[in-house]
Amino acid sequence: MAEFNLPKNSRYTEGKSWPKPAGSNVTAFRIYRWNPEDGQNPKIDTYYVDRDDCGPMVLDALIWIKNNVDSTLTFRRSCREGICGSCAMNIMGQNTLACTLGIDECESDTVKIYPLPHMPVVKDLVPDLTQFYAQHAAVEPWLQTQSPEPEKEWRQTPEDRQKLDGLYECILCACCSTSCPSYWWNGDKFLGPAALLQAYRWLIDSRDESTGERLDALHDPFKLYRCHTIMNCANTCPKGLNPAKAIAEIKKMMVERLV
Amino acid sequence: MSEAKSTPRPLSPHLQIYRWTWTMAMSVFHRATGTALYFGIALFAIWLVALAAGPRVFNAVQWFFGSPLGLLILFGYTWVLMHHMLGGIRHFIWDLGYGMEREQRIGMARFTLIASVALTLAIWVVAFTFF
Repeated sequence: MAEFNLPKNSRYTEGKSWPKPAGSNVTAFRIYRWNPEDGQNPKIDTYYVDRDDCGPMVLDALIWIKNNVDSTLTFRRSCREGICGSCAMNIMGQNTLACTLGIDECESDTVKIYPLPHMPVVKDLVPDLTQFYAQHAAVEPWLQTQSPEPEKEWRQTPEDRQKLDGLYECILCACCSTSCPSYWWNGDKFLGPAALLQAYRWLIDSRDESTGERLDALHDPFKLYRCHTIMNCANTCPKGLNPAKAIAEIKKMMVERLV
Repeated sequence: MSEAKSTPRPLSPHLQIYRWTWTMAMSVFHRATGTALYFGIALFAIWLVALAAGPRVFNAVQWFFGSPLGLLILFGYTWVLMHHMLGGIRHFIWDLGYGMEREQRIGMARFTLIASVALTLAIWVVAFTFF
């Protein structure tokens, strides 16, 4: 049964308001904080960022705060160009990458930032993604073949290769899975949009020879069929991919092999 | 440094902070109207039972359904029925793999709400004009 309220230890309260820098070009950032060492509930701290001294992206603002205001602010980041997926978080109510979202795109004087939704929090904006990665591993995301190994390479026509477009670009940032209410309520049994998009990526790969086994593994009331086409995944994907459509295609493959 | 002991991790906020999307809202509406249909069909069952029970009971039930409160409930039931039907058609189209691009999916979700209200009004206008 879905639990809509947060558990007692997870309810957040108003936190600290940090000093405001001088200058007129200032944007407020309200950021979720939780420190595993102080034994307290999560808090929402307010920071003020001097935009004339800071880069254009939300990630720039987070780094600016860490450098200039509060070095304890904790978040993941690496490539700052939307390819590593580390800085995925909930900004202005939608999951995205802090490095590819402009502060101006938030269209607000107050930018609200939370960790990816409905995940165990390690610290501040860092969620525990153990289960998410395990689900990715569960779809066995690698080429599986029975035919004798070719001398050079497994060949594929340009048309067959094209079928992988819109799938191979996934960076596993977890924005989609953590935006999905079905994943919120049944994340332990439903594989979630990210893992299912990867499953489909191998299901339609012309070189893969385990299609039947892959479909068998997904034939389960929860793993695949907890998707109710809510489409938050496609709405939120920072790479513009469409996991909902990939899942619909898997469901179609399930039917097609029966008829 | 203190011994590493595990503090139970909090669950990050979800429904509380997630910005509503059209497709998410219409999915919730589809569930809610589906549930409401159970109660709606009870109205129909009551009417049939009254029909079998004879004129006295039937007239009483007819009176209730014709009262302002009864009409309001029936009007609501009509909308619930229309909304769930259109939602079902929308999901059927999506399950066939069509209409899933951004503009299409948001347009279809909006259409469900607008068309369900329009259809409900049309049914009632027709009902009161011709019957």
